[in-house]
Amino acid sequence: MFRSANNPWLHRFAVLTALAALGLIGVGGLVTSHEAGMAVTDWPTSNGYNMFLFPVSQWVGGVFYEHTHRLVASGVGLLTTILAVWLWLKDCRVWLRRLGVIAFFGVVFQGVLGGLRVVLLKDQIGIFHATLAQMFLVLVSVLALLTSPWWQRFVASAREFAVPLGLRRLFLFTTLLILAQLVVGATMRHQHAGLSIPDFPLAYGRIWPDTSPTAVARYNQNRLEVTAANPITAFQIELQMAHRLLALTVLGLVAASAWGTRRRLGGRNPATKLAAAWLALIGIQVVLGAWTIWSNKAADIATAHVVVGAASLVTGALLSLIAFRSVAEFRSVAAAVVDEPTRAISPHPLPRAA
Amino acid sequence: MAPPSGGGVGFLIQVKGNPGAEGGRFACFAEECYSCPVSQLIERLNMKLTLGVSGVLAALATWNLALAADITGTVTLKGTPPPEVEITPLKNDPTCGPLHKDVPKTRFYVVGPKGELADVVVSLKGITGKSTGASVAPLVIDQKGCEYLPYVAAVQTGQKIDVKNSDPVMHNVHDTPTASGNKERNQAMLPGGPDLTFTFDAPEEFLRFKCDVHPWMFAYVSVFDSPYFAVTGADGSFKIANVPPGKYTLEARHRKAGTVTKEIEVTDNGAQADLVLELKQ
Ligand SMILES: [Cu+2]
Repeated sequence: MFRSANNPWLHRFAVLTALAALGLIGVGGLVTSHEAGMAVTDWPTSNGYNMFLFPVSQWVGGVFYEHTHRLVASGVGLLTTILAVWLWLKDCRVWLRRLGVIAFFGVVFQGVLGGLRVVLLKDQIGIFHATLAQMFLVLVSVLALLTSPWWQRFVASAREFAVPLGLRRLFLFTTLLILAQLVVGATMRHQHAGLSIPDFPLAYGRIWPDTSPTAVARYNQNRLEVTAANPITAFQIELQMAHRLLALTVLGLVAASAWGTRRRLGGRNPATKLAAAWLALIGIQVVLGAWTIWSNKAADIATAHVVVGAASLVTGALLSLIAFRSVAEFRSVAAAVVDEPTRAISPHPLPRAA
Repeated sequence: MAPPSGGGVGFLIQVKGNPGAEGGRFACFAEECYSCPVSQLIERLNMKLTLGVSGVLAALATWNLALAADITGTVTLKGTPPPEVEITPLKNDPTCGPLHKDVPKTRFYVVGPKGELADVVVSLKGITGKSTGASVAPLVIDQKGCEYLPYVAAVQTGQKIDVKNSDPVMHNVHDTPTASGNKERNQAMLPGGPDLTFTFDAPEEFLRFKCDVHPWMFAYVSVFDSPYFAVTGADGSFKIANVPPGKYTLEARHRKAGTVTKEIEVTDNGAQADLVLELKQ
């Protein structure tokens, strides 16, 4: 069988899978934003029906979100399976083929986790389900990047774009911090307690809120939740404060990344362009975070905050990958470059898009 | 219930129905009327026993029911609660919205003109192992207009809770207990579907029922291991019936306003206790 690192349609399919995964995170976010995780009472059946034959008459209220999530998830599962098989058959890079297999098992595991959350009635599984979703998105996005012709051109002239160690570490550290931030965010959402602090930029009218038992009792007495929200606790208030502080830190570090790349690498380096896009995403994300509070956690705003958070993580991960690749030597990729189709690549590669 | 030993008379004392609900009276062996001579005899006999031989009294604990009396009172709220908010998603829901003529609102603070507070669960603290839940009538919770009715209720351990669906809409009934021993279930309930029955074995305050199809639908049921509890009505009043004389801690608990306790003594004439819940400002 003829395998290469240059499969434009495989790359396009990988991009489609990554976009579908991002969309799936959006639909999953809607489920939690609408408190609909348990709206369909069983799994893998849907209220006793085969999920593909579930009558439309029952797609009401929260069931609509949860059932759509299950259908879209099946689609992403199918896309990932095809992607893994396609990679296995057509890509010459062994480790990339293995990443495809990992993506396949990841999506299966993720589906089972989602089902167990329903069957075992465990909210905590939701946090893990949300986090794994982000990791899966990163993995599929990496597959999309590595199968791209752009990546081949970049690899061929990576040395021109070498990113210094300090910046590489900054990218990686910031990306890990964003991952931590997403875990904190998922934990907040899966407390099912609504907003633990209802105001921003202050918190209960102060720089740092009072979390004494008396104060928390007062907050609970005065909040009238429309949904079946749990009473808030001091832990949840502190968690939101941590989320705010982490957000500020991430914003600072991403701004430093954007500024540092421009100053030290120049505007032509793909890392500079990507870091600028990263800063734009984080800026939007901060606004969406504040808006989530000002809108009393409106479902669409909160969900947009989840989606842009996921996109920020992916951007950081791809930026880190590009930065580390710019100075690294990989034997397997060297072998891939020798491969027949990659010779056709332009001798003067210019990254087209970041 | 076995006939009490040592009485010399072959009669049986039993509390009829739910004492929390109807103030249990004596029934004679053969379903005689309440004021039958045997009853009066028991009453007199009991009086003597209580005054006299306390050791025998302990052995014949059942007899104490003869002197059981009611605790009555009112719960009021001090302070101004936040105004109830409109349940916008219910109003906008294509199937549930039209079931409401008025704008649906939250039901956290149901307060009368003088601060009388409804939906307060009043109970005697620390009494366990006295449940008669298996033999009393079930609590009925209805789903109507995509809301639970009642919003706050209480049952005994082992007492049945029947959940009905009077709506032309599918709901799911999802209880979310926190006490170990109480089982969480999540079941879909189609319009006109058969009632769902729940029972809980462990005491738990404000055990939540919710519908995940309609996230604004939730209700609370407190579970007690005795029949000594009541939920305040719209006038803030409560009555805990048939409490054996003695000293107790009376506890009033509201989902939002919090908890207040009071030491009380129940005599043959019962007890009267008013409680005040205060909002922290
Ligand atoms: Cu419902």
